[in-house]
Amino acid sequence: MKMEKLRVLLVDDEEEFVNTLAERLQLRNIIPLVATDGNEALRIIDAERPPVVVMDVMMPGMGGLAVLRQVKNSYPKIQVILLTGQGSTQDGIKGMRIGAFDYLMKPVRIEGLIQKMNEAFQASKQNEDKTGTTRP
Amino acid sequence: MSNRFLHWFRSFSRDSLSFNNDGESSPRYKVLRRNMILIIAMVAIFPLVLMALINNYAYQKALKIEIIGPMRTMVNKTKHSFELFLTERLSAVSFIASAYSVEELADQKALNRIFRVMKNEFGGFIDLGLIDASGLQVSYVGPYRLKGKQYKDHDWFHEVAIRGEHISDVFLGHRKFPHFVIAVQKETTEGEDWFLRATIDTEIFNHLIASMGLDPASDAFIINRQSVYQTSSKFYGKVLEKFPMPLPPISLEPNVLEMEDSKGREILLAYTYFVSPSFVMVLVKPRGEVLRSWYTLKSDIFFVFVISVIVISLVVFKFTDVLVRRIEESDHRREITFHQIEYTNKLASIGRLAAGVAHEINNPMAIIREKVGLMSDIILSMSHFPNKEKFLSLTESTQKSVDRCSTITHRLLGFARRMDVEMEAIDLNELILEVYGFLEKEAFHRTITVQMELTDGLPQVNSDRGQLQQAFLNIINNAFFAVEDGGLVVFTTWEEAPDSIAVSIKDNGVGMSEETRQHIFEPFFSTRKGYGTGLGLSITYGIIKKLGGRIEVQSKEGEGTVFTMFLPKNAQKGKEV
Repeated sequence: MKMEKLRVLLVDDEEEFVNTLAERLQLRNIIPLVATDGNEALRIIDAERPPVVVMDVMMPGMGGLAVLRQVKNSYPKIQVILLTGQGSTQDGIKGMRIGAFDYLMKPVRIEGLIQKMNEAFQASKQNEDKTGTTRP
Repeated sequence: MSNRFLHWFRSFSRDSLSFNNDGESSPRYKVLRRNMILIIAMVAIFPLVLMALINNYAYQKALKIEIIGPMRTMVNKTKHSFELFLTERLSAVSFIASAYSVEELADQKALNRIFRVMKNEFGGFIDLGLIDASGLQVSYVGPYRLKGKQYKDHDWFHEVAIRGEHISDVFLGHRKFPHFVIAVQKETTEGEDWFLRATIDTEIFNHLIASMGLDPASDAFIINRQSVYQTSSKFYGKVLEKFPMPLPPISLEPNVLEMEDSKGREILLAYTYFVSPSFVMVLVKPRGEVLRSWYTLKSDIFFVFVISVIVISLVVFKFTDVLVRRIEESDHRREITFHQIEYTNKLASIGRLAAGVAHEINNPMAIIREKVGLMSDIILSMSHFPNKEKFLSLTESTQKSVDRCSTITHRLLGFARRMDVEMEAIDLNELILEVYGFLEKEAFHRTITVQMELTDGLPQVNSDRGQLQQAFLNIINNAFFAVEDGGLVVFTTWEEAPDSIAVSIKDNGVGMSEETRQHIFEPFFSTRKGYGTGLGLSITYGIIKKLGGRIEVQSKEGEGTVFTMFLPKNAQKGKEV
C-alpha cells in the first residue's frame, strides 16, 4: 500500500504563525494548505477537500466554530482539530459537540499536533471506507 | 512578572478599598442617638411633669381647704362665744335697768342686793353704778369708791347717750387692770334719762380663748378696729398694746390670709370682724406647722417623680442605645456588602484586563515558538551546520523561555476565569500550587521555607475555582505577612471525611492573642496599621461559608497560626452574599 501523503489545512488569523507551522509540517512530509480566515478556509476546503483541518477557534470575522459547523454540514468526513486559547476549554467542548475530532490547547508542541493529525487522518479514511464515498 | 502584577493588584485594592475604621461610631449616629433620647424622654417625661404639677396643685388646694376649714370654724365659734357672752351681759344690764325703778337703783342698799344677785348669776361683773343725765354717779356698788364720780366727759357716756346701750373697748382706767364697760340708758316715765353702768373684767376673755384648745405654736386674740389688743397675744403683744400688723380687710365671715408676720414668719391668719362691738377675732398659726402633712406629701410626690424620671431615663437610654446600635450594625453590614460587591467587581475588571493581556501575549508567543521550532528543524535537517550544537542549545533555551511566558499567561487567565462563578471539579492540590505560584518569588526573596504536605490522590471537589483561589490567596498572604524572613509555611491537604477535604496553612509567625483571634473574621478588622483593608479574612470567611465549608483558626502568640478550611466535595451553589 502506497503511503499516502497527509494533506492538512491550517486555519489561523496569525499569518506568521500559520506560515511557519506550515513550513515545519512540510519538513515533516506533510502537505500543508493555509488559510487566514474562515471564508478562505471554506473556499480551500471546497476546492481541495483536505481530509484534516487544524483551525483556531478565535478568529476575527467568521469564527472557528461557525466554520466547523459548515464543514461538518457539507463534508462530514473531513476531520477538524480545534486549537483553543488558554482557559477557553468551554469552546473546545462546544466544538466537540458540533463534531470536531478533538481540541488542543495552545501552545501546542509540534510532535503532539502531528500525532493528533495522523489520528484524524486515520479516522477520516475509516469514515471514507464505511460510507464508500470516493475522492476524485 | 507575576510578582509585579500581584504587587500592583495589592496596592490597587488597598487604595480603593481602605477607608476609615477607627472603631468610633460616626457623629451621624451620635446625633441620631441624641435626638432619639431627647424625643422619647420628652414624650415620656413631659406628661409626668404635667401630672406632678397638676397633682401638686390639686393636693395643695384640697389640703388647704382641709386645714383652713377648721381654722375658720374655730374662729367663727370663738367669735360666737364672745358675742354670746357680751349679749348676755348686755341683756342682764338691760334687764336690771328695765326691771327696777330709778328709786330702787339709786338706793344704795337695793343696788347692792341687785348687784350681788347679778354677780352670782352672770360671772365677770366687777361693779355697778347709776348715773344721772349730767354724768354724775348717783349710786355705786363695787370694790372702789366711785360714788359721785363725774363721767360727763367720758367717751362711753356720749356713746350710750346717743345709742341707748354701749359696750366699750377694753381699757385700764384708774383701776390699773384691763376691763370694759357695759352701759344702758334708762328713760323714766317723766322723760328723765338715767344710765346704768357695769364694768366687766377681761379675765373672762382669756377663759374663752383658752377654751379654743390651741396648740403651743398657735395664737388667738382679739383686737379692736384701732389695732389695739383687747386680749393678750402669745407672740405679738400684751393687752392694750398695738397689733404690729396691718388690719386685715373687713369681713364678717371668717376669712384666712396667708402672710408674713411682723417677725418674718410664714403664717396663716384666720380672722373675723364682730358686728358689735367693733372687735376683730384673730387666729394665727405658723404655716409650716399647718402644712406639715402637705410638705410630707409633696416630698413623697417629688420622690416618686424623681424615681420615675430616673427609671424612664435609664430605659430610654438603654432602649435608644440598643436601637441605634442595631441601626449602626445593619448600616455597617450593608456597607460591607457594598464593599464586597465593589471588591468583586474590581477583581472582575482586573481579571478581564489580565485575560485580555494574556491572550494578546499568547499569539506572538506562539509565533516565536513556531519560528524557533522551524529554526531547530532546519538546523537538524542540515548535515553540516557550523556551530550546530551551539545553535540547537540557543533554540532550546528560547523554547524554554517561551514556555515560562506561557505559564505566566496561563496563571493570569486562571485568575481571570475565577471571576465567573462556576462550579467545576477542582484538584485542591493543584489549586494550592497554582495560588502559591503567585507568591513563589516573595518566598524565595524572603527565604521563607514552604513545605507542601499534600496528600496524593486527593479526591477532587466540586466547587468554585476563582473563589477558592481568592480565599487561599488571602490566607497565604496573611501567613507570609506573619512570618519573619526565613520563616516556615506549611501547606497540608487531607481527606477529612468521606465528603469533605481539609486544607491547612500553618505558619510559625507572630501568632495572635485570643482577643484578636475572635475578631479576625470581622470586616475592617486589621492588625496591619495602615496596610490591609481588613477585608481579606472576612471575604475568605464569606467565600468558604458560601461554598458550604467552614474555617478554623488556632493560634498562639509568638508561636504561629494554623488556618484550616474544610470544603465539601460537592459545594451547593450558594446564594449570593
